[in-house]
Amino acid sequence: MVWTYRTAVSIALIALLFGINWALDQYVIDYIVRIIMQCGINAILAVGLNLINGTTGQFSLGHAGFMAVGAYATAFAVIHLESWLGFNASNIPAPWMQGLLLSVGLLFGALFAGLAGLLVGAPSLRLRGDYLAIVTLGFAEIIRLIFTNTEALGGATGYSGGRPLGLPVYTNFFWVFLWAIFLITLIGNFTFSSYGRALRAIREDEIATEALGINTTRMKVLASVISAAAVGVAGGLFAHLMGTIRPDDFKMDRSVAMIVMILVGGLGSVSGAIIGAIFVGVTLEAMRDIQQYRLLAYSLLLIGLMIARPQGLLGSRELRLPAFLRRKRGGAA
Amino acid sequence: MTTPALKLDNIAKIFGGLRAVDGVSFEVAPRQIFGLIGPNGAGKTTAFNCISGVYTPEQGTISFFGKSIAGRPPSEIAALGIARTFQNIRLFGDMTVLENVMVAGHATIGFGPLAAMFRLRKQAEEQERLAARAHEILRIFELDGLAGEFSKSLPYGSQRKLEIARALMLNPKVLLLDEPAAGMNSREADSLKNQIRWLRDTFDLTIVLVEHNMQVVMNVCEQVHCVDHGQTIASGEPLHVQNHPAVRTAYLGADVDESTLRQS
Amino acid sequence: MSTFLQQLVNGLSVGSIYALIALGYTMVYGTLGLINFAHGEVFMIGCYIGLYAAFWLGYDALAAASFSPMSATLVLLLAMAGAAIVGMLIERLAYRPLRGAPRLAPLITAIGVSLLLQNIAVLAFSANPRKFPSIITEHRLEFAGVTITNIKIFIFAVSILLMLALEFFVKKTWTGRAMRAISFNLPAAKLMGVPADRVISLTFAIGSALAAAGGILFGLDQTKLEPLMGNMIGLKAFIAAVLGGIGNIRGAAIGGLLIGVAELMTAGYISSGYRDAITFVILIVILLFRPQGLLGVVRQEKV
Repeated sequence: MVWTYRTAVSIALIALLFGINWALDQYVIDYIVRIIMQCGINAILAVGLNLINGTTGQFSLGHAGFMAVGAYATAFAVIHLESWLGFNASNIPAPWMQGLLLSVGLLFGALFAGLAGLLVGAPSLRLRGDYLAIVTLGFAEIIRLIFTNTEALGGATGYSGGRPLGLPVYTNFFWVFLWAIFLITLIGNFTFSSYGRALRAIREDEIATEALGINTTRMKVLASVISAAAVGVAGGLFAHLMGTIRPDDFKMDRSVAMIVMILVGGLGSVSGAIIGAIFVGVTLEAMRDIQQYRLLAYSLLLIGLMIARPQGLLGSRELRLPAFLRRKRGGAA
Repeated sequence: MTTPALKLDNIAKIFGGLRAVDGVSFEVAPRQIFGLIGPNGAGKTTAFNCISGVYTPEQGTISFFGKSIAGRPPSEIAALGIARTFQNIRLFGDMTVLENVMVAGHATIGFGPLAAMFRLRKQAEEQERLAARAHEILRIFELDGLAGEFSKSLPYGSQRKLEIARALMLNPKVLLLDEPAAGMNSREADSLKNQIRWLRDTFDLTIVLVEHNMQVVMNVCEQVHCVDHGQTIASGEPLHVQNHPAVRTAYLGADVDESTLRQS
Repeated sequence: MSTFLQQLVNGLSVGSIYALIALGYTMVYGTLGLINFAHGEVFMIGCYIGLYAAFWLGYDALAAASFSPMSATLVLLLAMAGAAIVGMLIERLAYRPLRGAPRLAPLITAIGVSLLLQNIAVLAFSANPRKFPSIITEHRLEFAGVTITNIKIFIFAVSILLMLALEFFVKKTWTGRAMRAISFNLPAAKLMGVPADRVISLTFAIGSALAAAGGILFGLDQTKLEPLMGNMIGLKAFIAAVLGGIGNIRGAAIGGLLIGVAELMTAGYISSGYRDAITFVILIVILLFRPQGLLGVVRQEKV
């Protein structure tokens, strides 16, 4: 019963995305489509970051580092997969093959970013609050400096896989949103399961949670790995949207932008994170002509938000679908 | 002789130069109600924290039904069957009453993170089992009607009860109560005595309590252990400990005339 | 050997600048428990104030040698005063409304203030790097194959002098004692009649003035300044404070010097590409193995 329902929903969803993708291709200018894709990538970033910063209450300031790992790993995998399969400038893969290549690459991106989340999280998640923020920032800087100093990955000028035209641009509406919906569903399910409840308990009182038989360190590291892996996928989509990635794409302001997204929506709320991601994606473009004021506006927004409403617009509440659209869930969820 | 539920042997915990607990030993028999008393700063709570794993003692052994537990992490000790409450109530304020109790069942769930992410059937079943068990415990404590409320909105007395209910979700064999009578008036403290006995009988528990309120300790505990300056000064039946001169001195000061005290 | 000595000399000079900036982090963290992310930007603004002050005092790039030591001192003092005002404003406008808010709100606000000041600086001073006026004429001394400039000696001397002055102030004056009282227990200090808001304001003023002094010394040393320079240097100075034991003034001094030396040794012996990375490696190692820092004391959470 569950499986038939899920299969039906999945097929309907894929058809819908495919249809929208086609319509966007036909009738909407590239510029707008690009903004929509940005919003989708942002949504993955925000929901991923929110799992650790919001739900678990462990403030990371270094998720740009995981995004970088995901971006480089995805691009590296796609490039090498292509040459292994014999694709090149005169033998371009078919569109469906492009998406498949990208998706395999994204799996690598998730794997390596998740691994980075483990390596960073395991030692540092013993620290609390602002110390954790600083250490994660430190790790992100180290990751960035490693990429900057690795000539095999293009060093400071960035990675384009040795292609004169840069990385193949395989990211399109369909794949962004397929991955976004997939990842957000997974993280949403996780958040509303017993695991998510344990994570929220850690946010509220770590010592009490530990006293209830929950290995809080292991839980935090688990959240960090999932969070990093999701952000890594977003990094991979970003790489194959931009066509080139440079270490400087993943500086601290990238992490801050992600934090703005989850703060606007409300720390700890999955739907809030999505709203924040869209807000940032759209305003970022709206302020394109006044580039130099963009970061200024962000910083004012950040300060104002903290003074006026430190828990974010939604707080940790969720926006829920109207009752008739919701499927009844088992248990007490 | 039966294996003691809990056995401390020559435990010491040192903070800098302070020997907060200094060579304390005692045994708690299964299904006993055991009181750990002593004046402020005597080292009661520190001893408690050594048992529950918050601190690792520098010296000595702690065993739980014969199994050594000193130095293990709190989560492991809790999962083995030693649950605790806190002196200053540590509930998850922004979570509901039901969720507070359900969290304590997380260690027993039979599904991994992947099952949670893909919402497999196993996960739904386990979720229902946890919720049912939590409701059952809440019903026993007459908190079921408040299941959907945020725990921070509960009155003080109910918060104390909820903390105990949450601890019992772990199915413990030993329950450690850290000053359960703190902040209660004499009428509430009075009913607490019956509740502790009832807890022991209903859940088949061994109970260790740290307590200031002498009236509660003397009435409910079958065995009392008194510490001061980190060291044991008396141990035994409540009446024996109560009348022990060293205990009197510790509580009332050294200048009190011992003979007048014995008469009272 | 001479490489080693050369890097040591350069490291101590850079390190003493980090130390001066670290003092501000440590003082603010001591009193408010807040990582003042904007402190690096105060350093940058101090540096720019120095630049404008020098021109205002008649500095002429073609006749740099004629700039008097008197004027150079005045540049330093003006920068310190200006930065002190900026620091107090930041505290008053951004941090004071958040006193008593959840712990992360001030941290996020501090990041916001840091970004804000960076972008104001880009608008006000332009993003292009500027050359810092050589208000002190450089003389080189060769010594056993090691080059030491009078500027490096000056940097070291001024830093040590300012740190000693601060140590005296905190230990021996009433206000200094009030600062320490606040860092131990803010509510209790208030109850004892310590005018907490005023003392905290003063803490920001002093920390900012020291950062500006660091800014001038940095300008003399590196001669190039840009609006975003406060970011990385601020981070390094903060790490120096953590290394020494946050809240501890001597710790900040030692931490600053150690970071400076470690950095230049890395640049000299490994690769200048990893010069910045070593600082973060130190941070991670120290936080994992001795989170209280070299001179700090452990504070255990009460259960």
